[in-house]
Amino acid sequence: MTVAADASEQESWFHRNQQRIAPWLFLAPGMLFFLVYVIIPVFQSFNLSLYEWDGLGAAEYVGFRNYEDLYWEWVDRDAFYISMKNNLIWLILYLAAIPAGLFIALFLNQTVWGIRLYKSLFFFPFVISQVVVGLVFTWFYDPTFGLLNEFLGFFGLGPVNVLGDERFVTYGIIFAGLWPQTAYCMILYLTGLNAVDPEQIEAGRLDGAKGWKMLWHIIIPQLRPATFIAFVVTIIGALRSFDLISIMTQGGPFGSSRVLAYYMFEVALSEYGFRMGYGAAIAVILFLIMLCFIAYFLWSMYREEKGR
Amino acid sequence: MYSTFKRTTAALAIGVAMAAPAAAELTGELRIFLDTSNPAPRATMEAMIERFGAQHPGLEIETTVIDREAYKTQIRNFLTADTPDVATWYAANRMKPYVEAGLFEDVSDLWAEPEIAENLASTKGALTIDGKQWGVPYTYYQWGVYYRKDIFDELGLSEPTTWEEELSNCQKIVDSGRACYTIGTKFLWTAGGWFDYLNMRTNGFDFHQQLANGEVSWEDDRVKQTFANWKQLIDMGAFIDNHQTYSWQEALPFMVNGEAAAYLMGNFAVAPLRDAGLTDDQLDFYQFVAINPDVELAEDAPTDTFHIPANASNKEAAREFLRFVVSADEQTEINNGANLGQLPVNAQSTVDDDKFLQQGFEMLSSNSPGGVAQFWDRDAPAEMAKVSMEGFQEFMVKPDNLDRILAKLERARARIYDN
Repeated sequence: MTVAADASEQESWFHRNQQRIAPWLFLAPGMLFFLVYVIIPVFQSFNLSLYEWDGLGAAEYVGFRNYEDLYWEWVDRDAFYISMKNNLIWLILYLAAIPAGLFIALFLNQTVWGIRLYKSLFFFPFVISQVVVGLVFTWFYDPTFGLLNEFLGFFGLGPVNVLGDERFVTYGIIFAGLWPQTAYCMILYLTGLNAVDPEQIEAGRLDGAKGWKMLWHIIIPQLRPATFIAFVVTIIGALRSFDLISIMTQGGPFGSSRVLAYYMFEVALSEYGFRMGYGAAIAVILFLIMLCFIAYFLWSMYREEKGR
Repeated sequence: MYSTFKRTTAALAIGVAMAAPAAAELTGELRIFLDTSNPAPRATMEAMIERFGAQHPGLEIETTVIDREAYKTQIRNFLTADTPDVATWYAANRMKPYVEAGLFEDVSDLWAEPEIAENLASTKGALTIDGKQWGVPYTYYQWGVYYRKDIFDELGLSEPTTWEEELSNCQKIVDSGRACYTIGTKFLWTAGGWFDYLNMRTNGFDFHQQLANGEVSWEDDRVKQTFANWKQLIDMGAFIDNHQTYSWQEALPFMVNGEAAAYLMGNFAVAPLRDAGLTDDQLDFYQFVAINPDVELAEDAPTDTFHIPANASNKEAAREFLRFVVSADEQTEINNGANLGQLPVNAQSTVDDDKFLQQGFEMLSSNSPGGVAQFWDRDAPAEMAKVSMEGFQEFMVKPDNLDRILAKLERARARIYDN
């Protein structure tokens, strides 16, 4: 009895504030790692972009000269301009994965014998590595032996050298990238469709809605959360497109399939690169572009939460 | 990745018999980093290191073999932290960043020794920066035109020696429905080889080096002449189509299948061509033809090298290892057909019987009075190599863009050599 009374009198500061401290304790490891591996490097990159540094010797402060060079590349329609342009093309065309994923999901959302097999086959491209996707499409596009030109040959068309022609190369790579991305969006929508309220569908049906009307007014609004996530992952995926380009073309032919992420890698880390400051400047630009989208996503998420 | 060689008593006995009497006993640890990751070169190097270890029983040798491509980025890290005692790399401008950053050891003292000074004289220039030597070469190989002899025979052609003969040969090959040359420019450097030869034949070795050093404008008329010569070949359809999508290996089947008659390449192309089924009766070699009779013939012969990092801990043993690597016997051994299949750098060593090595050696030792270049991406600074090779590739696909390409290269020159 006395012991318990003593304990309550001497209740420590930690015990008194447990409720408030606990979440921060749980957050601490995550925040620490986020700080060390994300936040601090972001500022280091900002700093590095003001220097000229080959990764070996002393870094030389050059102010905004790296950005000035980027500006001139933009004006000259050189590598930086091409990278920005390709990034924009990626951004727009990659969004095709969302409707494509939705329609495949609708198609697969039925109870037919063996549907699980079909679902896994459609999901398959997302499971395999991007490297494999890149290689498969490289062979598919091969101008001499590739399946694409065999196919075009049936119609008396081609041959087309998709990856060797600066007019087609970016579209060719995006098409390859859409394959796994569509599968990703599909799986998001499939889970979303599980959550669709059957009573609403029933009600809609009683009101005479079917087909497109049913889809547009009843189903899609309920898939909003899935659409939002699909939108976020697709935008981010498009902006950080790198691996397919590295595998399929190495930015070529003559640099026409570069995007910002690949160009940054090229100037800073590849075999002939090692202009760390310049790479950092490109990374900063890419970061600022991404920041716009991320800010928008955060804002709309916040609005959503508040609306509830 | 790591393997420490154990010295057997048998090896020890051979070692004692071969060891130089004057050599002091070496002790401690010797760490060697290699980029010879392909199976054959790897085995060659490991066997060589084993022989060295047998001579120095007191030395603990640790060898690390790193994938060749990965090595190119890792070297920047391991030269500053966790430094080995010996590391492989490449000669000329390719080693310049490390020399300038003070990461390679000055080994001019080795080059002052008569044994090395006399026998390695031909490669000294490629290892010299600021009047000092920064490493030793262990192998090199010729570049030249490898061609299908059977196709030449079928069309009644003989090895060309002048540009006119080259063009008329090529015309006949094109008329027969083939391409004169296979090439894969996906990784750009193959186009650099063509530029090397065309420019050295058009304007000579010295001009070529000046261009690599940024002393000449890319919009100079002489450079334009080089591209004009190149354009003659492009316009007549001398090169295979779609070369921008292929690596150099992926371009080999065109020659193997007889769709292209020749390949301008380094000697390393011979092994895969033979593996693909071409016999020595079908495959032959000729020196790139003279274009401008006023300039002396010069050749590409890239040299692979060993260096001592400045932060190495056992420099004495490392120096001894470098001496061992360039010795005549070792050079003969590691470069023979069963091992690297390339050319030894020591003048006292013997070249393997292989017909291509013999021809290459003959060509480099007696028929390249103009000089020996390393290769475009080793002679020019990395950044310039990158942009220019991209330009060469674009030119080969779209020759009409030449003026725009040269203007771009000229802008790059102003930026790159400026500092």
